[in-house]
Amino acid sequence: MLDVKGGDNSSFDFLLVKYRSPLVNFLYRMVRDRATAEDLAQDVFLRVYRARKQYIPSAKFTTWLFRIATNAALNSVRDNRHQKMEVSLDAPVRDEESAPRELPARETRIDEHLLERDRAEFIQRAIASLPEKQRAAVLLHKYEEMDYAEIAKVLDCTDAALKSLLFRAYENLRIQLAPLVNPSAPARAEERRSP
Amino acid sequence: MNCEKLTQELITYLDGRMHEVERRETEEHLRGCATCRERAEQFRRVWTAMDEVPVIDPSFGFDARVRQRVAAEPGRNWFGWFVPQARLAFSAVLLIALTVWIAKRPSGNPGTPGPMTEQDFNAIKDLGVLENYDVVTKMDALSELVPAVDQPTQNSEAEPTQSND
Repeated sequence: MLDVKGGDNSSFDFLLVKYRSPLVNFLYRMVRDRATAEDLAQDVFLRVYRARKQYIPSAKFTTWLFRIATNAALNSVRDNRHQKMEVSLDAPVRDEESAPRELPARETRIDEHLLERDRAEFIQRAIASLPEKQRAAVLLHKYEEMDYAEIAKVLDCTDAALKSLLFRAYENLRIQLAPLVNPSAPARAEERRSP
Repeated sequence: MNCEKLTQELITYLDGRMHEVERRETEEHLRGCATCRERAEQFRRVWTAMDEVPVIDPSFGFDARVRQRVAAEPGRNWFGWFVPQARLAFSAVLLIALTVWIAKRPSGNPGTPGPMTEQDFNAIKDLGVLENYDVVTKMDALSELVPAVDQPTQNSEAEPTQSND
């Protein structure tokens, strides 16, 4: 990035080739729309290029890059919430950070859903159902393999808050993915539903 | 180590980033607590399941579009070095305007000369006389001579009057 700052455009090409795939995948998992993810990724690269003169190597380049990407994704998700949400906006609002959005079809007949869709799609939808900040934390932790300090910088929170956020996110995923990670879960769910 | 403490540190433990002493304490707790052990195991399964999510490739024209947008960015040419930044240019213009305004502003200071009157003009007109060295040097002598010449005349005229009375 320092070479890009110095006006070396070939170094920008190097960054583009190196980070395009992780960036597009991260954004795709955040916004769940390929075209939007690619548009956002382009915007992120453009913002990196525009900000090259002001770049100060106080943190890792990836931290800076994913901070820009996360902000872009969160803005996009919030702007398009009305179109993207799969549950009614009239439904009671739940604590954004403590509980995942409900996926009604999955919760009621999750076993049937598993038959209709493949596991990967099921997992992707479970990730997408997480509140945005939990989702970003999980994606950066699991797929980008960032350390806690880096993720905390990207999400602008403390290390302790991040660990708590990650725990809640994985706990939500554990519940969402219960049919995959806990074979006895559907039976328990049925038991709870019966009077 | 208890269940609540483990909740805070479970991710660190599963990541393998826990210090040795804490790791041993955690493992000891997990051996004795079926709930935490089950949760830790299910977290591991969640992580394994997440590996099944496919990786997508950016579309064929992605790089080209980014490069195109970057190329369309207004770049600074070699003469850009001479072009001042907007803030600097604004400051300079403001400074010049302020200087011009102060210079043209009518002064309210009584010590400075005001508009010239006719009396001042006459005084200045006679300045040449005062600057004449000969006139100035003889001024004192003249002031002494005038009463000396006039007094006897007046006295000579008064004395006969008094004497006549």
